[in-house]
Amino acid sequence: MDFILHLPVIGLLLQFIGYLVAVTIQNSALIVTVATPIGIGALCGFLNERSGVVNIGIEGMMISSAFAAWWVAALAAQVLPGAAGPLGITLPLLVGLVAALAVGVAVSAVHAWLSISVRADQIISGTIINIVGLGITGYLGLLISQNSPATAGNFDRIRLPAGWGDLPLLGWLLRTFVEHGPITLSMLILVVVLQVLLYRSRWGLRTRAVGEHPRAAETVGIDVIALRYRNVLLGGLLAGLAGAWFTIEFGNSFQSGMTGGRGFIALAALIFGRWTPVGAFGAALLFGIADALGTGIRQTPPVGDLGVVLSAIPGQVFSALPYLVTIIVLAGVVGRSNPPAADGQPYERETKAA
Amino acid sequence: MSLRRVVSVLTVPALAIVLALVVGAAIMIFSSPLVSGHFDPLLPLGAYAALLSGAFGSYNALIQTVVSSTPLILAGLAVGIGFKAGLFNIGAQGQFLMGAIAAAAVGAGLSGGPAIVSIPAALLAGLLAGALYGFIPGFLKAFTGAHEVVTTIMLNYIAIQFVAYLVTGPLRATGATFARSSDVGTAALPILIGRNGHLGILFAFVAVPLAWWLLYRTTLGFEVRTVGANPDAARYAGMSPRTVIALTMAVCGLLAGVAGAGEILGISHYMPAGYSTNVGFDAITVALLGRANPVGILFSGLLLGAMRAGSNLMQIQAGVPVQMIDVLQGVILFFLAAEVLVRYIFRVRAARVQVDELQTVSRSYGGQTTP
Repeated sequence: MDFILHLPVIGLLLQFIGYLVAVTIQNSALIVTVATPIGIGALCGFLNERSGVVNIGIEGMMISSAFAAWWVAALAAQVLPGAAGPLGITLPLLVGLVAALAVGVAVSAVHAWLSISVRADQIISGTIINIVGLGITGYLGLLISQNSPATAGNFDRIRLPAGWGDLPLLGWLLRTFVEHGPITLSMLILVVVLQVLLYRSRWGLRTRAVGEHPRAAETVGIDVIALRYRNVLLGGLLAGLAGAWFTIEFGNSFQSGMTGGRGFIALAALIFGRWTPVGAFGAALLFGIADALGTGIRQTPPVGDLGVVLSAIPGQVFSALPYLVTIIVLAGVVGRSNPPAADGQPYERETKAA
Repeated sequence: MSLRRVVSVLTVPALAIVLALVVGAAIMIFSSPLVSGHFDPLLPLGAYAALLSGAFGSYNALIQTVVSSTPLILAGLAVGIGFKAGLFNIGAQGQFLMGAIAAAAVGAGLSGGPAIVSIPAALLAGLLAGALYGFIPGFLKAFTGAHEVVTTIMLNYIAIQFVAYLVTGPLRATGATFARSSDVGTAALPILIGRNGHLGILFAFVAVPLAWWLLYRTTLGFEVRTVGANPDAARYAGMSPRTVIALTMAVCGLLAGVAGAGEILGISHYMPAGYSTNVGFDAITVALLGRANPVGILFSGLLLGAMRAGSNLMQIQAGVPVQMIDVLQGVILFFLAAEVLVRYIFRVRAARVQVDELQTVSRSYGGQTTP
């Protein structure tokens, strides 16, 4: 059967699929790690869009929180003791995390006000958040980097007890889904919790109703405006968490524009995941694989024909891969996906009949 | 348009700019310890003075303002025309880059030829590359329903990688100390006025009336506006919203592509690997501030161009980073969107004229097929 792998095109394709599987299994922990901001960002979008508010400003919220987490943690480190607890958690880092969450909520409050109360165009509101977020963090980041930039370090991973990681299948699962920092772990928990809440709780039923048919929801006594506000603000909390991941978990410093479009990829993941938390997480993993493939090829290039072909492909192709995958996903090559019916439409209470 | 209507339309944008300058000043004051090491409440005065002098302070500064405005007006039209068709083209950045690299490539290839051939050929390459890069998201929107907001942003990132690949690979100039394409030679646009007022500035001033004519005096323009206002009505009237959407995006891309080609052929004369530009976001500000109207875009483009031209002097003289301009822009947009707030602060009544071209953007978001 070995000859199949040496057939001109099919052989190469089979080799590639095999290599892809190998890269995925080998880098599974890295894939979950890099999928974190996309996954949490998608959960933020989920909370917004399920209640009928389009949020294109996740990117801006994430970069603002990423900056806040880094800067506030660095400032706090100058006055607070930095003794590390489990998971590398220190007091300054916690202060930074709280700052990131607060900034996420504050920015989403602007979005909520513009898109729910002012009934401005929601996409324009999101774009404003992106422009201001990138602008002000770039401005402050440059000013701060001129005056001796500091860092408060970052969160650490959970350490598995010795030997656990070498267990046959369980070890791989533990390394993939458990051996992470606190923010990635919260994402894994949030995905499950939100999925259950969406279909099994009063809040979930109401949110779905408000996103699909706000008028009907209002007639049975649901406060559409209040629920939308609450969900958008909760989404801001998640965007803040996603932003904090960049500067106090994955890395420990801030660079201008470091979110690199992941807020937008998160939206694509949400669409691909059919507006459900678990689906969005799955899609985020797909983007993680696209990300990890480039890393994998750089670190352990495959041998033989496949290696020759893959190393002939310029590195930029792999850098562009997540973005290409996003477009292919959105173009619906992989199936249709319908948004909540009232997504993007401002809600206006009916005035009392004259 | 009567004077009264003009004033009524211009009130909110003008007040939004004033408010943005106030907010910008507040940010500068709060961040002044980072700029000068101590708290400096007068920093905004120095910064804005430097900004003004850098934009209008001398003959060359004025020319520089016009030069900086050129790509902003062209790319602003690329966003504004999209608005008219109910499309939000965030991809002006990518279309600009594609136009720039295509012009750089063809210009470098023909660099020894007569200018009468090399200039039009390089321009044409930039224009076509931009149009093609705009057509892709338009086509995807029309025929698969992929929302242009996300696809154009993704295409922006892809364009950056594509340019990086070309400039560090096939197009890399031999002997250059850093990765860049080779010089465009005779394809460089001639300088018409001042130190760097190149031929390209004419493109912007030609494109504005052309865009106006296209939108308001042609069948296609009528179809564009109808599709933007109501795609269902457009289809019922026998138009094809799908074709119009794909075509409109191609036209938008074409304009952004010309902007990119003009920057390369008129200013840098080659494409560096890390070509950085804010034209994408600037264009959105220009289009929204100009109310998606070609004439409005001309003026808002000149305003933004003045800010960009003056920002360097602001950074040098007052130490305020040029990123302040991005902040100012975002805040201007915020106040434009939150018209209610502006009217409340200044006690201005709502305009009688309805400005409705921006109402259609978030419709059809997500995976459904639009038309």
